[in-house]
Amino acid sequence: MVHQAKLQSSENINHIELKLLKSPFHERTEALNLNRAWEDWSGYASALHYKCSNLEYFATRNTCAVFDVSPMCKYRFRGKDAEAMLNRMVTRDVAKQGLNRVCYNVWCTDRGRVIDDGTLFRFAEDDFMLCCAEPGLDWFLLSAVGFDVTIEDQSDSLASLALQGPTSCALLKAMGISGVENLKPFDIGRYPYAGGELMVSRTGFTGDLGYELWVEPDLALPLWDDLFSTGANYGIQPMGTESLDLARLEAGFISPMVEFHGALHTVDLGHDHSPFELGLGWLVNFKKAHFNGREALLLEKEKGSKYRLLKLDIEGNKPAENSILYSNKKCTKEIGYVTSAMWSPVVKANIALALVESRYADGDIYAEVYHQKELRWQRKVSQCTIKTKPFWAPERAKLTPPNDV
Amino acid sequence: MSKQYDAIIIGAGHNGLACAGYLARDNKKVLVLEANNFIGGMAATREFAPGFHASVAHTLPQGQSALISDLSLKKHGFELAAKNLDTTALDGEGNAITFNGKSVKGVDANDQKSYGEYQSLLKKFAKVLKPTWNKRAPRIGGGEIKDMITFAKFGWDVRTLGRDTMREFTRMIFLPAQDMMDEHFDNPLLKAGLSWDYNVGNILAPRSPNNAVLNQLLKLSGDVSGHGGLPLPKGGMGSFVNALANSAKTSGTEIRLNTRVKRVVIENHVAVGVELEDGEIIHAKRIISNADPKTSFLKLLGAANLEIQFTNRINRLRTEGLVAKVHLALNALPNFKGMTKPEGRMILAPSMQYIENAYDQSKYRSYAEDLPMEVVIPTLHDKTLAAEGKHVLSATIQYAPRDVEGGWDKHRDSFMKNVIATLEKFAPGIGDCIEASELLTPADLEQQFNVEGGHWHHGEFAIDSWWMNRPTYGASQSKTPVSGFYLCGAGSHPGGGIMGAAGANAARAIIAEDK
Repeated sequence: MVHQAKLQSSENINHIELKLLKSPFHERTEALNLNRAWEDWSGYASALHYKCSNLEYFATRNTCAVFDVSPMCKYRFRGKDAEAMLNRMVTRDVAKQGLNRVCYNVWCTDRGRVIDDGTLFRFAEDDFMLCCAEPGLDWFLLSAVGFDVTIEDQSDSLASLALQGPTSCALLKAMGISGVENLKPFDIGRYPYAGGELMVSRTGFTGDLGYELWVEPDLALPLWDDLFSTGANYGIQPMGTESLDLARLEAGFISPMVEFHGALHTVDLGHDHSPFELGLGWLVNFKKAHFNGREALLLEKEKGSKYRLLKLDIEGNKPAENSILYSNKKCTKEIGYVTSAMWSPVVKANIALALVESRYADGDIYAEVYHQKELRWQRKVSQCTIKTKPFWAPERAKLTPPNDV
Repeated sequence: MSKQYDAIIIGAGHNGLACAGYLARDNKKVLVLEANNFIGGMAATREFAPGFHASVAHTLPQGQSALISDLSLKKHGFELAAKNLDTTALDGEGNAITFNGKSVKGVDANDQKSYGEYQSLLKKFAKVLKPTWNKRAPRIGGGEIKDMITFAKFGWDVRTLGRDTMREFTRMIFLPAQDMMDEHFDNPLLKAGLSWDYNVGNILAPRSPNNAVLNQLLKLSGDVSGHGGLPLPKGGMGSFVNALANSAKTSGTEIRLNTRVKRVVIENHVAVGVELEDGEIIHAKRIISNADPKTSFLKLLGAANLEIQFTNRINRLRTEGLVAKVHLALNALPNFKGMTKPEGRMILAPSMQYIENAYDQSKYRSYAEDLPMEVVIPTLHDKTLAAEGKHVLSATIQYAPRDVEGGWDKHRDSFMKNVIATLEKFAPGIGDCIEASELLTPADLEQQFNVEGGHWHHGEFAIDSWWMNRPTYGASQSKTPVSGFYLCGAGSHPGGGIMGAAGANAARAIIAEDK
């Protein structure tokens, strides 16, 4: 006799009410979030994982996965001086940013300390959108003093999904988004969709082939349904922040509140960071017009930075989470700490991002790793090797048009 | 191809001219650009009615004898019409109290005695601040030994006041004028008259805390006529600025009138010249702005060339002017109740409460019916300002908010009516002597003299915008975040009032850089 357990489906359970805002996709994401694993992201319920973060991670590396980025803070900058205002705020040259292009950017205090990073979208000569993980309106309004620009917080009025993974382009094409394959990395395209418009940017936080999809909130559910019905043949999975965090670490991307604390939030002196310290020196353009923090950054470039963010390959297979780093195997000289760590299945390496005092960054680095063996804590000291390239950067991420799958 | 100048100074106000004079004396080739068709700004003597002349600033309490001798101003035509005016507080009821830096008349023995003690205390305080006015301000966090010495010296000067006076200094420096008055005196009229200089020109009234004593001490910075002296220049304040201009010109300075600067030209993050309204570009090694900090940074340089937090500190400077100026052309000498002859300076305010009431109105973008004012009739001492038998009445009136509800066009007549009605109470029949009049509201001062908000000091003179923080940190020591761009106006250290020290300090900073 076969015994079958009678399981109640999640939606039939009278759950405790979520005291969080619901994204335009919430009706769908809630049904899939079997464990009710939510976290607060800018006041919105954001899934940590749906069924299993490992499954989601492998989907984004082998097929495709969808992450609800609607809680992302989105600000619109419009007006005669929008370009000048943004150009003075961020470190890259906005004057050189083409129409319908996206640029990853960072902005700093007067003293050249990082406030936040984000992606700047250019829609027209005088029309931009800036996306960042943390609310920034206060700083943007301060930055607008003296400029003819209007700033609108559009965080609640745009629904967006990140569709990431090798089958993402093929899935969009199968959904009838023709021409999407011609988008180069950081391009923006607009396509008629369900009586409205679908904006697609070839951007993402996984370092793989991927797109971000933007619609008015009333098209959110049709878009989700379309993706999951057509996507069944493309291995689509919903994705939460846990698996996204693994993917972004493999890509070598930094995360606010993990690798760095925004300079407007730090309390202790020197607990903020400059773009150079965070490995974002390539974003700092001293040849452009004046930008905030320029003088301080120029001085730092000349004199050297206090810290350096390193990509580490750590011996062994135990993730060096929360590890302190030392310059010697005896662990007597502390030189820094690990900010993010994981065993990377796709690279097959024990990887980490770490902040290390610059003067020790070129010498030996050892991580003090703690791990459990049947609940018993073990300590081991593992040698670290610095990697200069992203841990994971597949060719397909840059290929236009992407290969069919 | 334009000539190469060592420095271009934007604005031929008295600080711009003083800066030019010092630079030219050091063999620098200086060009001064003035938007108006006259020099001197609010210190210029202008004909406000046919045959009648006056300057917005009428007395010279902050005059610096070092500047006058350094720039040979006497040789260039500067002289005084009166060495030291007395001040008389009037209540409109026939009572009058007359005082100067030394003594007071018209009060009881107690107040007489207190007055001596009070002046001697102020003198000690003024002495502590005196070395700071004509020297570069220190910079916080710069780590320069020179700055640490300045701080140490200031600390030493405070300490050597003696234990008790030092303690009083640290307590009193933040007191409202009213507390200072109530601690020392009983007579309400004396208190009203004495409290005037604590507040006038700023966004302050007798009960406002923190900044009043500092203002009083700035006004005591002058040494032309001794402690608390009130000199009256001959020919109005214009003679002072004309002498400054002549001194600078004799040393090779060029002054161009009717030349409005549109913007400062920046190349490779360095200020290299100015663009005029007609598009002409003039280059110079240094660009020095005598304009107020908001105009200098937000309009002439542009926020795009500045840091964000710095821009906001500039944008937050308090620049709303509260003082109106009235000039009356009189065909006879008015009679002020309580005075045999309206000589010297008169403060029309029976009590501090009277002043406070007028201030309260201004907070709500309005103005009082009874307007406290400072009145000088310079023609009693100076025949050059009007024809024989005619007189000029120069009145400084509080409080007239720059942003009066509905705008000044709507309120000019009614404000002027209140001014005349107030004057009638103190000098009955004055209305019949008026041939012509001029009202300069803060909005007029802003528009006619190119000063943001029409504020006397180009920005509130206050603890938060003083010394190493004037106008704000990052722009102290006359230097700015933009290389090649300097400040020399009242918005920089030490501040406003007809003094010339801000201009001289800028010149000193620049000359020191070249050494």
